[in-house]
This record gives sequence, structure tokens and C-alpha cells, in this order.
Amino acid sequence: MTHHIIDFKDIFFRYPDGTEALKGVSFRITHGESVGLVGANGAGKSTLLLQMNGYMLPSLGVINIGGVELTKKTRQDIRKKVGVVFQNPDDQLFMPTVFDDVAFGPLNLGMSNERVTDRVNSALQTIGCLDLATKPPHHLSAGKKRAVSIATVLAMEPDILAMDEPSSNLDPKSRRDLIGLLQEFKHTKIIASHDLDLILEVCERCLVIKNGMIVADGRVSDILTNQLLLEENHLELPLSLQKNRLH
Amino acid sequence: MNFDKEYFNLGVLDTLSYKNTLVHRLDPRTKVITTFAFIVTVVSFPKYEIAGLIPFLLFPVVIFALGDIPVWFILKKVLVVSVFAVFIGILNPLFDTHIKYHFFTLPVSGGWVSFFSILLKYFLTMCSALLLISTTSFPGICHALRKLGVPEIFISQLLFLYRYIFVLMEETLRMVRAKDLRSFGKKGQGISIFINLVGTLFVKTIERAERIYHAMLSRGFTGTIHFVLREGFGKKDFVFISATGITLYMFRAYDIVGLIGRLAERMFN
Repeated sequence: MTHHIIDFKDIFFRYPDGTEALKGVSFRITHGESVGLVGANGAGKSTLLLQMNGYMLPSLGVINIGGVELTKKTRQDIRKKVGVVFQNPDDQLFMPTVFDDVAFGPLNLGMSNERVTDRVNSALQTIGCLDLATKPPHHLSAGKKRAVSIATVLAMEPDILAMDEPSSNLDPKSRRDLIGLLQEFKHTKIIASHDLDLILEVCERCLVIKNGMIVADGRVSDILTNQLLLEENHLELPLSLQKNRLH
Repeated sequence: MNFDKEYFNLGVLDTLSYKNTLVHRLDPRTKVITTFAFIVTVVSFPKYEIAGLIPFLLFPVVIFALGDIPVWFILKKVLVVSVFAVFIGILNPLFDTHIKYHFFTLPVSGGWVSFFSILLKYFLTMCSALLLISTTSFPGICHALRKLGVPEIFISQLLFLYRYIFVLMEETLRMVRAKDLRSFGKKGQGISIFINLVGTLFVKTIERAERIYHAMLSRGFTGTIHFVLREGFGKKDFVFISATGITLYMFRAYDIVGLIGRLAERMFN
């Protein structure tokens, strides 16, 4: 299987205002891998995710998604393979009802109404929100909004899921549900987050990004236990690994 | 805080429109068409008409009852906007002074009659419009308009407006609160702060629009928004439209009030 591979080769990206956000990022994620992306605020996590479906094209370097080089021409096709869940569900859910929102992607893929309805129902079933279909997004709680945001992407059946801070603003129960949901997905996943415990539970591999460069790449169990490395990057040990905290 | 109150008012109307009653379950097209027909019929009465308009009050009453809509909530809204109607008609009694009727022995000028006719027409049309909004979800109305031939681009605009007006208002609400909490009862620094507030809001809006557009692109948006439409035109819609149509015609074409009056006269004599 080659089509679930993400390959970044020496990616540079500069914002129009001159900020150098990515400075030579290289990594390769293979089929079915689950990768956490951690780093300080402003280290370049979100920018990196925005590169994945061609919203921003690198100033230099080559991105290859599932064997196809990411260019202006191929990005429409690549967007079908890479589902991105944004940090703020209010940006992700722009349609008047939950159903319409989840149906938005599949309808753009040109499917028939019956198939779209099936897709929407099964995506909502997966996240356990089938009863919310007719609700407008502004009537939902933050946890439900997040779940529905994920459904909007799932309905397109992407090969790769990219998420930006999936657990922000969630209460502990909703966060726990989200972790359960993420663990069930067999997609190739890349999750940018400050919630290190979530990454510890969901991912096997972890990338640490600092000032637009990858400074560490390895197994989650190695990286998230390396206190020195974490503290250099404005992070700390995952709470579950901080024994004796209460003493 | 006024802003809070207005925001929640909007929320109430929106929540009402998601109830599940007989009226709410009608196809949105049915309600849009009948409301439109109702408004046109009411407005079509000549300017001195009052008696002929009275039977039309039946419609709001029926919808209030069937749709389980809180009467005072809607009436208060009608009252607030009534200022405009009052201003339109207030000069009529001054200009149009010829005596039109005698109310018992009291002479009533044509100006007063037309003024009350304007108020009555305003009340009926405004009530029916508000009832349409509170018995039909906003997306429902948009889809109905689309199926009735309103161009796609306007519908998309309306739908985005509906989706983001709540987000925008919440954002404003948070900023106004933050300002109030640090103004300690003073009015802040007046207009200059207000300008800053609006400016920040504008920039935030643009940034959000960009993120939304990005989210749309990520899910394959290429220029048109597609929908799967669920509502169907049922038997009850047909019944509702025909019943309303016939009654509207009867009320417009025949003098119902006069008929009842003559009937009552005959019974008592």
C-alpha cells in the first residue's frame, strides 16, 4: 500500500509577511501510522498541518502524499485523501445543520443523494451523534461540535486524518470519548496537540518541532519520557507519567 | 446589559423554530407561499378598509395555537417595530380631515380611518412574518426560497449569515463583557474604544472567513454548495395551502363582517 504515505522532503515555508515558519522539515509517515506532533506555541505545528492538503504550498521542497506530488494541480485530488480537522469547530462547521455539514464533502465528491445519506448516517453513527442530524451547529455543546467536525471529515472516507488540537476546550468526559474514538480509527493519523497524554494514548510515534525544524522523531514512549527534551520545547512530562505529583 | 438581552432574544426565535408541532412539520414551501399570499391579500385592501381586515386576525390566532408559539413574545416584537408604522400613518389625520363615518354620534375623519387601517395591516403582516420565522427553521425557509427559484448565491449568503450571526454575536458579547469588566461603571472611553472594538471585530471576522474558506476547500468545495433535500410535499401541505387559499379568497371577495352583522341583526329582530 503506497497511497497512505506522507512524505515531506526538506520543506521550507515563509509567510507573506516574511516569517520563516518551516525551515527544512523532512519526515515520512507510512501506512496506518499514528503520529503525534508536539512543540511550543508558534513552533510551526499548525503551519505544517496546513501544508498537508495544499492550502499553503511550500516555498521550497517536495511533499508527496500517497505517491502523488503535491502541486497546485494535484491538490484537489489530495484533498480527497487527506481529511483535516481544524482547531476551532466553528470554522469547520459552516453549514446550517449537522446533516448538511457532514454531507458537504461527499456531495462535493459528486455522489448520489442516497450514497451521501448513507455516508452521513454512518459517519454520525461512528461518533454517536446520529440524533443530532437536524440540529444547527450553534445548538451543540463544544464536545459535540468537535465530534461532528470529525464526522464531517470521516464522511469523506479519507486515507489520512490530520488534526489540530483535537482535545482543546473539551471537558474530561468528552476528551475521554474523543481518545476512544481516535484509538478506533485505523487511518494514518497525524495529531498536533499540547495534550501530551492524548498523544501518549493514541499515537505510537512522535515528532517534536522547534522553530520550524524537526528536532526529534521517535517512539512516543521514548520522546514523551525525555524530560530534558520536553522542557527545552516548553513542554513537560505527560501528567500520567508525573508520579508523586501530589506528594 | 442590552446586548446580552438582544442576543438571547434572537436565540429564542431560533429555538422556537425547531419545535415539533403540526405547523412546524409542514413543508417550508407551504408556509412561505401561504405567508406571502396572506401578506399580499392584506395589503391589497383599499386605504379606508378596517372591517374587511378584521377576519384576517383569525390566521395569526390559528397559527399561534397550532404552533404553540408564546403570544406575548411575538406581540412584544411587533410592538417594538410598530413605531415605523405609526410614523407612516401619523400625519394622515391632519391632512385627511373629511368626515368618513359617524361612530355612534362621534364624527370620524378619513385620516383616522386610514391610520388605523395602516396599523392593522402592519400588525397582520408583521405577525405573519414573525410567525413564519418562528414556525420554520431558517435553513428550511432558505431551501424553500431556493426551490421557488431564488438564485443559489443569495441562498448561500443567507445560510452563512444564519450560521455565523450567532458566532459573531458571541464574539462581540465576549469583547463587550471584557470591556465592561475593566471600565468600572464608567462608560469606558467612549467612542474611541468603540471604534477599536469594531475594528478588532472586523479583523477577527476576516481571519475567520479565511479559516472557513480553508475548511470548505479541504472538503472539496469548488464553487457551489450542494444539499441533500429531505422534506417532501405531503397531503397535509396540500390541505393547508388549499384551505388557506380558499379562506383568503373568501375574506377578500366577500364582506364577512357585514354578513355576520346582518345575520346578527336578523336574529335579534
